[in-house]
Parts: sequence; C-alpha cells; structure tokens
Amino acid sequence: MYESELLGKLTLSAIPYHNPIIMGAVGMSAILGILLLVWVTYLGKWGYLWREWFTSVDHKRIGVMYIVLAVVMMLRGFSDAIMMRIQQASSEGTGHGFLPPEHYSQIFSAHGTIMIIFVAMPFFIGLMNFAIPLQIGARDVAYPFLNSVSFWLTAASALLVMVSLAVGDFSQAGWTGYPPLSETQFSPGPGVDYWIWSLQLGGIGTLLTGINFFVTILKMRTPGMSLMKMPVFAWTILVTTVLIMLSFPVLTVTLALLTLDRYLDMHFFTGGMGGNQMMFTNLFWIWGHPEVYIVILPAFGIYSEVVSTFSHKRLFGYTSMVYATIAIAVLSFVVWLHHFFTMGAGADVNAFFGIATMVIAVPTGVKIFNWLFTMYRGRIEFTTPMLWSLGFIVTFTVGGMTGVLLSVPGADFMLHNSEFLVAHFHNMLIPGALFGYFAGYSYWFPKMFGFRLDEKWGKRAFWSWLAGFYLAFMPLYALGFMGMPRRLVHYDNPIWQPYLLVALAGTFLIAYGIFCQGAQLVASIRNRAALRDATGDIWGSHSLEWSTASPPPFYNFAKLPQVESLDAFAHMKEHGILHRAQAPFSPIHMPRNSWMGVVMGAFTFAFGFAMVWHIWWIAAASALAILALVVMRANDENVDYMLSAEEVARCEKNTSQPATHTTAGHNDFKPITQG
Amino acid sequence: MSANTLSPEMLHPDHAQHPDHGGEDNALFGFWVYLMTDCILFASLFATYAVMRHNYAGGPTGKDLFDLRYVFIETMFLLFSSFSNGFAMLSMHRRSRSATLKWLLLTALLGLGFVGMEVREFTHLVMEGNGPDRSGFLSAFFGLVGTHGTHVSIGLIWMGVMMWQLYFKGVTPAITSRLLRLSLFWHFLDIIWIVVFTVVYLMGVL
Amino acid sequence: MKKLWLIFAPLLLFPGLGFACAGDCSKSPWTLMDPKGPIAADEKHLILTAFGLMLIVVIPVIIMTFMFAWKYRAGNKQASYAPKWDYSHKIEAVIWTVPGAIVLILSVLVWRSTHELTPEKPLVSAVMPMVVEVVAMDWKWLFIYPEQGVATVNRLVIPTGTPIDFHITSDTVLNSFFIPSLGGQIYAMAGMQTELNLLADTAGTYRGLNTQFSGDGFSAMHFQVEATTPQEFQRWLKETKTGGPGLDSYRFKKLEMPGEIDEPVYFSSFQPGLFQSILHKFAPAYAQPRMPASLIPASVETDTRLIQAQK
Repeated sequence: MYESELLGKLTLSAIPYHNPIIMGAVGMSAILGILLLVWVTYLGKWGYLWREWFTSVDHKRIGVMYIVLAVVMMLRGFSDAIMMRIQQASSEGTGHGFLPPEHYSQIFSAHGTIMIIFVAMPFFIGLMNFAIPLQIGARDVAYPFLNSVSFWLTAASALLVMVSLAVGDFSQAGWTGYPPLSETQFSPGPGVDYWIWSLQLGGIGTLLTGINFFVTILKMRTPGMSLMKMPVFAWTILVTTVLIMLSFPVLTVTLALLTLDRYLDMHFFTGGMGGNQMMFTNLFWIWGHPEVYIVILPAFGIYSEVVSTFSHKRLFGYTSMVYATIAIAVLSFVVWLHHFFTMGAGADVNAFFGIATMVIAVPTGVKIFNWLFTMYRGRIEFTTPMLWSLGFIVTFTVGGMTGVLLSVPGADFMLHNSEFLVAHFHNMLIPGALFGYFAGYSYWFPKMFGFRLDEKWGKRAFWSWLAGFYLAFMPLYALGFMGMPRRLVHYDNPIWQPYLLVALAGTFLIAYGIFCQGAQLVASIRNRAALRDATGDIWGSHSLEWSTASPPPFYNFAKLPQVESLDAFAHMKEHGILHRAQAPFSPIHMPRNSWMGVVMGAFTFAFGFAMVWHIWWIAAASALAILALVVMRANDENVDYMLSAEEVARCEKNTSQPATHTTAGHNDFKPITQG
Repeated sequence: MSANTLSPEMLHPDHAQHPDHGGEDNALFGFWVYLMTDCILFASLFATYAVMRHNYAGGPTGKDLFDLRYVFIETMFLLFSSFSNGFAMLSMHRRSRSATLKWLLLTALLGLGFVGMEVREFTHLVMEGNGPDRSGFLSAFFGLVGTHGTHVSIGLIWMGVMMWQLYFKGVTPAITSRLLRLSLFWHFLDIIWIVVFTVVYLMGVL
Repeated sequence: MKKLWLIFAPLLLFPGLGFACAGDCSKSPWTLMDPKGPIAADEKHLILTAFGLMLIVVIPVIIMTFMFAWKYRAGNKQASYAPKWDYSHKIEAVIWTVPGAIVLILSVLVWRSTHELTPEKPLVSAVMPMVVEVVAMDWKWLFIYPEQGVATVNRLVIPTGTPIDFHITSDTVLNSFFIPSLGGQIYAMAGMQTELNLLADTAGTYRGLNTQFSGDGFSAMHFQVEATTPQEFQRWLKETKTGGPGLDSYRFKKLEMPGEIDEPVYFSSFQPGLFQSILHKFAPAYAQPRMPASLIPASVETDTRLIQAQK
C-alpha cells in the first residue's frame, strides 16, 4: 500500500463514503454529537464541564464519567448486535441479507471488543470509582491524578474505536483477533491496527486503575476497618484489581508481539518462519479468562450489597463469600485452555483444564446459595436493583449449567464455536455482569445525584431486558444443538431461520428495555424533587457510603469515621453513634484538579490514530508530548491544597442531614429472632 | 537498599504526613505493585522466548550469534551501575546534593554504556541479515532483550529528569521519594537482566 | 410476579419450533441429538449425563429463588424475620459439599470421557482404519486419500463401518474441522498436524463444516459427507480414479487462491507427499516454503523434524 511521509497510509479513500450503512451510522453519530455540542454551548456549560468534570480528580466525578462512557459505548455495541441479528434472521438460502461478509465481520469484531473493553470495563470501573472510597471511609483514591489519566486513556481508546467507523475500517478477525488471520498477510488494512491500539491503550489505563484501587483499598481504609470488616463489594474489587494486575500485562505483551509482527515483519504468530500461532491463543486467554472474572466479580459484589440491603438483613456467610471470591480468582488462572480444547493438546491436558473449570462452579455455587440464604427470613422489597439481582440468580444458574457442560472436553468438541457457545457467554455476561451494573447504577444513583431513579420505568426496563434476554439467547442454545456455528453471515438451512427470527424479536425487546432506561432517567430528572434523598440513607443500608449526605461533599468525610464492626453504618445506626461529623473540624488535605489528564488523553488518541495509519511524525510528536507532560507533572509543586476548617464547617452546614438515626422508612420491621 | 531506609521520618524529615492521603508512603508501595506487574510482563516475554527458542526457520541459532564475552562486559556495565546507584542513595540519605548528583551521573553513564552496547549488538545482527524478521527465534530474542533495553532507556530519561530536579531543588522529600523509586526500578532491571543473561545468552550458547 | 409468563413463554416456543421443519421432515433438525456414529453417540450421551447431574443443583436453586422471594416478601408479615441471622454451620457445610460432591462425580466423568473420546485415539474395530488427509484452505476443504490415490474438494466420501483416521492441517489460517453427525471437532493449524478418529454407522449424507471464523468465505466453507457401503465406496473410487484430472502443482496453486467453491471437485491423482509438503511449509524449524517434489529447488535440504500438536 502507498504510504506518504505526511499522512502515512491515510487517504481520502479511507472514508467509506460509498457504503450507505456505514455513512448512515457516521451521519447519525455526527448529528448527535453536533447537537450535543450545540446544546452545551447554548447552555453555556463549557467552562463548567471543563472545570468540574474534565479536569476533575474527584473519584466520584471520574466514576460518573466512566459510567457515561460505558452507556454511550453500550448504545454503539447494541446497534451492532441489532445489525447482526437482522442479518442472520434474513440471510437464509439465496437471500444473503443486507450486509456483505467484510462488513458483517467488522460488526461482530467491534461488538465483542466494545462490549467487553468499552462497556463492561468502564461500567464497573465507574461504579467502583464512585463507591469504593466512600465504602472504605477514604477521602479519595491513592493517586487521584493517575485516576484521571486512566479515565482519559480509556476514553481516548473508545474514541479510536468510534473513529474506525468513519475513517478506514475495524478489525475483521473477531474480538479475539486470532493470528494468522490477524496478521498482515490476511488482514492488510488498518482494521486490526485499530483493534490492537484501542485494546492496548485502554488496557494500560485499566492496569493503572487496577494498581490505584489495589493501593487505595489496602492503604486508605478508615481507622478500624480491617480487611474482614470491609463490605463485600470492596472485597470483590480488591480481588478484581489483583486479577487486573496479574492478567493485563499479559495482554500488553500479546498485543505488542502482534504489533511487532504487523509493523516490523517479525514472526511471533505467523504461519511459517518460526511463528507459533497457538502461542497467541494461549497468551490471549491467559489474559482473557481472568478478564471474564474481572467483569463478573464486581457484579457479584454489587449483588451482595443489593440483596442484603433489600432483604433488610445481614449478608449470609460473609466469610464464605470472601473466600469464594478469592477461590474464583485463583482458579481463573488455571482454566484458560478450556477456550481451545479442540487444539488437540491431548487427553491429560484437556482433562486437567476441564476439571479445573468445573471446580470454579463450587465457589460460584456457594455465592448463589449465600445470596439465597440472605433472602431467607428477610423482608424483601422488590425494588429495581433487587429485581435485577433476582433475575440474575435464576438466569445465571442456567448459564452456569451450560458452562459446566462446555467444560467437559468431550461435550465441548461438539459445542465449541457454535451458537450454543454464543448463548452461553452472553448468558454469563448479561445477567452475570450487566444486570449487576444496572443494579449498582440504580442502587448508587441517589448517592451520586441526591435523588433516586423512577421505579415504574426501572421495572419496565428490567422486565423487557429479562424477557428480551430469554427470547434472544434461548434460541441460540437450540441452534447450537442443530450444529449452527457462530459468525455465519449466511446459511442454507431453513430450519434455523425461525429461531433466528425469535432471537431478533428478543433483541427488539431489549431495545425497548434500553428505551425504558432512557425514559427512566428523563422521568427521574423531571421528578427529582419528589424522588429526593434527604437523609443520605434512602434504602436503609449498612455500609459507610450511606452515612454521608447524598450527594456526598467533595471531600467525602469531614472526619474519618471510626469503624467498629462489619456493616459499619448499620452498627452506628443501631448504637446511636453520630455518623455525621460535628464541629470543630480540622483542615483537609485535597488534590487539585488538573488539565493534564484530559490533554494526555488527547495526545494518546493522536498517538493511536497515527500508529494505525503509519503517520510516524504525529506518533513521535504525540509520544514526546506525553513524555513532556509527565515531566511537567513531576515538576509541578502545586498539586494539592488544604481545605480550611471553616470551609469544611460551611460545607457541612449546607449538606442534608438525616432527621434521626433509625433505619429511615423501615421502622416497621421488628426483628423476631436473633441467632 | 534495606527496608529501614523507607521509614516515614526519612521520607518526611520536615514535612508532616497527611494521614488522609498517605502521600509518599503510598507512592512507594504503589511503585512496588507496579514493579510486580512489570514482572508479569517480563514473565510473558520469557515464556514466549522459551516456546520459540528453537524456531530457527533455517536461520542462525544462539550459538552462531552470541558473543558471551561481549555480553559479559555489557552485563558488568549494568551491574556496576546498580552499585553506583546504591552509592547515590547513600549520599541522598546523607542529604548531600553534590555527591548524589555525582553518583547518579556515573550510574547514568554506565547505563548509557549498557544501552550503547546493546544497540551496537542489535545493529550488528540486523546488518548481517539476522534481524528480528529472520525467524521466530530472533523475533523472540529481539522482543525480550529489546523490551529490557527500552526499560533501561526509560530509566535513563527518568534519571536525567531527576538529576535536573536535584540540581535545581535539592534533596526535598518529594525528590527523595522519587529517587527511591527510581532506584527500585534500576535494581529491578538489573535482576531481570541477570535472568536474561542466563536464559538467553548462557543457555543459548551452552 | 405476574409478568413471569413473559420469561417462560419463549421456552414454550421451542418444542413447537422443533417440529416446524421446512421441507425434509424425515431428518431431525437436532443434529447433535441424532448421532450417526459411535463417537457422536458417546458425546451425546456425555452431554445428557452432565446435564442431568447439574440439574440436581440447578433446579433447587431456581425453585428456592422463587420460594424465598415470594415467602419473604416485605408484604408478608406472617413470615419470620431474622435480620441478624447471618451464619449457619450446617447450611455452609451443605452449600460447599453438595456442589463439591457433584463436581467430584463430574470430574471422574471428565477424566474418563476425555481419555475415552480424545480425538487422536484409534477406534476399536475389526475393520482396518482408512487414512484421510484433510487440508483446510481459503475457503474449501481438500481431502486426500493417500492409500487410494485420489483427492476431492468439499466432498468427503467414506465407507460405513470403517474407522476413518483423519490427519488434519491447514494451508492458511486457523480452521476447525467438524462433522456434527459423526463426532466432535478439532482445529486445523498451519504447520501442525492434528488427528481425529471417526466412524459412520449408517449410510447417508451429512454435513461437515469449518467452525472457526477464517475470513470472508467462512460461511460457505462447508462440505458434504457421503457415507456409503464399502461396495459403493469402491465403485466411487474406481469412477474417480478413471475420471477427472489429477491434482498437479498448477491445479494446486489455483486451489490455493482464496475463493469459495460451489460444486465438489474430484481429482484422479495427486502429487505424492502433498500433505507433508503443506505441513512442512509452515513448520517452525523450516527455512523455505516446501513445495511438492517437482517444485522443490535443489538447494533446499530435507529435514524431518516438525512440530506435531499431538503426541
């Protein structure tokens, strides 16, 4: 391919103006983007956004930005899903659907990449950003500026994926990018490079977040909060950060080696010349399998909080929960080979990895039972977060069962790469992870913004999602038993089509669910006065984040709370301990906002884009700019300040205060037995 | 570098630590954690090298290419740079700016020597047609050794920035903490190199 | 809770859909549940056994979820309420040991079945096994019959009751060779050889396919499997050997070009060592692409080492 000095491989022909579907999507995104920009300008909010959000190092603000990013990317990933479903529902026999194969393969590659890396990851990272420091009684994370950098790295790589829609194309090698298909010989275009750089740069952001929260949880817990007095969500996040730190460097290496193959003609994974393609597969899943637990464990933590809160009861088997979490994390590193039993590694190896995989079902099962026994003898309120949790328990159990089935090598030989597999991992990730994030979103929303979400629309969203999920994915299980492989752009078996039509209907139902979530947000904002959380403890919950005002002051706690027991806030309420700090206050040390995170993100995007198109001078200039920013930051002495005691007192007076210290709204629950 | 050098008094002789942010103490701990993730990164590269060490694709083997004497001198550069880095740390704890600077300069020069020798070795290989595109084995070799070399180069840039800061600002608590982290990084790279030397060069030749 | 029907309604659809067979109603659409050979039969049995064992946990969990959710709803003031009850030795013991025990049983099942069904294991049979060499190409399957001296593309003809020993490799990217009616799949990898042993009990036409996405032509990369009686097979062999052209290097080069193939192709002969030469071309210890004997430049030395994915 021709390369110019100035613009590398980039030419006007990179814009797919001849493809009406892509240009339609680009046009829609552009119009929405421009409308948003105009709206913000009309409101005159640019200064506010810049000062209070983009440059913020406050973990709560960064958390919200992560969630916004995840939601935006979910809409993109879901549009891909709808297109795939329409294609498969309409491409039986001679009707080859509306998508050519080279476009369809981009869609499923982008769908997988986006949903895992740019929806699941930022969604839970957003929730953990918001909730973790509050839960452990800290004023911020260990490295607030690094936190901002991590977010902007993630945002920059998400933007890179979005840009691939309009300039060039995305990878056609699947979200796993197996070589040799992803090597230059078979994928000469910029698609795989977009995939590589978006994963690579986003992955670095995730790794930094992992380190940040690991140190935060280990080093910044409030006095008295020993590890075994932490809420389960904090535990699952601690374990998740360990998984991130152990697995993401492997992804970094794997992608770097593929990059070397593609950019410098090396032979790590090529066919021939001493390359070893299956090494990629091994390395990829050594990261990839823990990655599954990285997105699911935080959801498990959220379910634990939610089930306990809305059963108005302590979490059953706290210790067991903690050990089950740790066991899952340890085991997640010895099961990667189950993603390719069909490599032919021999019976001993396959049997080992099959059994190791099944063993994970034990701690996972324990968790399910613990949630059930948390409900047992409780007073269950069917609020939206609780419904998400119940939907999860039932549906996830089904997914777990199909997972154990796939872990039997003999059965996997039949079901590998089939629609059954597609159904299985969606069955794990949608109820397992996404429902959990939705539960967490509606659970912590009042803490974030001071008013709760509308229940009516929330329940509509839940039922549409749940029913839509069953409609969309149960047919795929069936198709697996009919021998239908995944990723088909067309097929000639008429028996499959009705099932694919049902699946399409399910996807539309899910689309309605997403619409309900949008409507819920609008309705809640309109009705915020009535939905206001005046006490800061709207659900009658047990952990420290609920002891602050809703929304919490930017320093979180005027005085660090003293923790006596597990469920620290419940303990305070029960013993009538004042949980809001009283005067006199002392000065608080706070980090200053910084523009460098967002600017670094911008240069990171420029770097990634330039690397994709081989525009070496921009890549080098961006890398130098990032280095210069790092050095500048190191020389900046003015990174923090002291908030005076008077200022703290003034802020505290303005925040809402609870009227009493009883469990607001749930006084009618009379405990009858204790034991 | 012993554990007792890391006490908060050392780090903050004139600066009360903020209990709510943990400051430099957290930075040091976090850096340790980062080094562990870097360990995983190198472990993956070592694993890759182990898998591909015989994939010569008809090309040269380690025996054909490696000059143990040359690499031994290269190794000595890095080992002595760690040594002088240790002296820099001792001077820093004595709060002597000029001595610290001198030792750091020596460390940087030795590090530069190491990187220079590596670049020369690489250029030599590429010139002879034994570049990383020759075979899977050579890709793995350049990948592993090159990643280490890149780390050392980043360490050198960091060291340059630190010398500059030290020169203008003196031995402040923030700079002390950064120098401690740099020193950890440097020693870490030293350890990695010893493994590289053993696994790649010694085992490749013997 | 009254909206529960929404969830279960789709489940009720399935039996209905199963019967809605379009056209050929003599064939069950449930390929995996309708095995035509011993390996597929064993794998079906394995799936059903594992499924049954897991229901021991899954059904109680689902029932308990609905029961607990209903009984302990906030509106039910009759139900007992124990907000501080958070531990029971007995329950903990049961919830760790029961799933543990089931996994233990499954583990034994896995260990045995994995060794029993491992793809490289020769089948026990009075009939001598027949070797078929399989090459995945963009986007078609090449079948070489080394003992019979013929080759086909996208059509595999095999005699019933005869164990077939497939030797599989790829001339391109990663592929996966799968005949659902006869038994499980295995990867086809460039430079590596995998082995799969299958047997067809019943004569018939089955579907074979690649399950691993391999590029634009992936969806068309399926083939017919014709299981015939040994007599029929011999007749077909004779026909093929006398008809059609041989697979020479020119035709092989043409075959190697990426593209889909609509109709099966038959070759009356092929160049000896074709399969090995494809395998060698990508093997990591090798210097140059290996061609069939006639194409090998004189300077290339011969070396027999190559990586095999299986013992």
